[in-house]
Amino acid sequence: MSIWYSLIDFLLPFEWTQYTFMKNALLGVLLVTPMFGLLGTMVVNNKMAFFSDALGHSALTGIALGVLWKVTNPLWSMLLFSILMTFAIIKVKSTNTASMDTVIGVFSSTAVALGIVILSYKGGFAKYSVYLIGDLLSITPKDLMLLVVTFIIVVLLWISAFNRIFLVSLNPSLARSRGILVHFWEYVFALTVAVIVTLSIQWVGTMIISSMLVLPAAAARNVACNVKQYTFFSVLIALISGLSGLILSYFLGVASGATIVLVLGAFFAITYVIKLKK
Amino acid sequence: MIQEKCDSINCRECGSSFCCTKIKHISVKHGSNQILKDVNLHIHCGELTAIIGVNGAGKSTLLKALLGEIPHLGEIVYLETKNKVTKTPIIGYVPQKLDFDLSSPMSVLDVFAAAKSKKPIWWGTPKKVRERAKASLAKVEAEQLIDRQLGVLSGGELQRVLLALALNPIPNILLLDEPVSGIDHKGLKLFYQTVADIRKTYDLSIILVSHDLHLVAHYADRVALLNNGTIEICGTPQEVFASHEVNALFNMGSYERVKEGE
Repeated sequence: MSIWYSLIDFLLPFEWTQYTFMKNALLGVLLVTPMFGLLGTMVVNNKMAFFSDALGHSALTGIALGVLWKVTNPLWSMLLFSILMTFAIIKVKSTNTASMDTVIGVFSSTAVALGIVILSYKGGFAKYSVYLIGDLLSITPKDLMLLVVTFIIVVLLWISAFNRIFLVSLNPSLARSRGILVHFWEYVFALTVAVIVTLSIQWVGTMIISSMLVLPAAAARNVACNVKQYTFFSVLIALISGLSGLILSYFLGVASGATIVLVLGAFFAITYVIKLKK
Repeated sequence: MIQEKCDSINCRECGSSFCCTKIKHISVKHGSNQILKDVNLHIHCGELTAIIGVNGAGKSTLLKALLGEIPHLGEIVYLETKNKVTKTPIIGYVPQKLDFDLSSPMSVLDVFAAAKSKKPIWWGTPKKVRERAKASLAKVEAEQLIDRQLGVLSGGELQRVLLALALNPIPNILLLDEPVSGIDHKGLKLFYQTVADIRKTYDLSIILVSHDLHLVAHYADRVALLNNGTIEICGTPQEVFASHEVNALFNMGSYERVKEGE
């Protein structure tokens, strides 16, 4: 970490970079936002925006279960619960009994209600409200190590399996005809999203996590013509929004996650106008 | 009488090593809903077998069962010459336009490269892959579309691009899922001409799922009527279109009238 700190001191000798928490947050943004930019392209292609929203909400239940089981770090119970949620949602989806958004809505609202009921027991909900809006500035070097590991995993997945995940999202039957294990890759992708969303909840907050995932890709879609542009624009927009949102939030003294989402919203508006003019 | 012809014909020798496909007792259940029950059909190489049926008869489900995408009872046996069983035939599949999210940014080349190359397409496409994609597209007179966005292609152009992809590599079985919907007349003719040429050249087994009885009458060697979840009739287009089952279902008069309509 000390190398990172001195690198920042050397490259960005500004007032806001003096503080260790800002240096940590900066590295956090540099790791989280490109991951969201990458995964977001396929989340939007697969129409999984609502799914990621449900994952964000269900994190509350994960925390509640952690409290009940007296787990020291609620991250593990959150991960476990979001993975179970993912399996449940995909299972119900594949049986095709009700439309997908209804299914997710049922899971999501039941899970979040359960979480609130448990956490509000004896009026103790206030101390968990940090999970609602998140706090990028509280990120620690230990958390950053975990993010580095997931970052590497996501990039490796994107290098080794992107073409297959892309074909599955394009048309499952076409993917099957080319010998791709459709269900396997559906699970791999959904679980990756579940893990990334859960890991980032603490920093971004359950309320806006899905917008972090959806907005970069949605903005990139407005201006991209092929997959290469789509991917690079999405990552670029996520990165720029993350960095400028973090700096803005520091000077305005507001929540950083929400500021990043506002910048992303502005990007969407600009790209939308460009699309209309094309 | 005619129904027996669905699965009683012996496989004949073909130019290709792949010979025929035997669909035996295929059943598909969705919850309590029986979509397919005891479907029996033999598909021969060098022949275009059309599966017709009203909406919801289970035609697309049958294709998905063939692709191995949905679980089913019964078995599908692929035979090579001299009745040698092969496990993994190459299947080419042309989906319907409706099954695509065409608002997503992707070029024709992206789709080819994703299917043909191991290199992640977001990193760019090697020249070699591009050349090969172009050669495939040229076979369906679509090489000029290589850099176009999938979403802006006309129905006919998209079908030809998907056909080019399904024919690379040359498959043993080609599955065409209603490739006619929303295509202009010229595009349609070009599409079927390509299919007919390929069938002759490579002795392919082709299964076409269609609503368009005119096209079926014109291009199919055999026709199978899927109704109530099973194959009710099959035979030559003349035989099937003359049957009163088909007449009742499609309310189309007789085969002669279909012919007149051309």
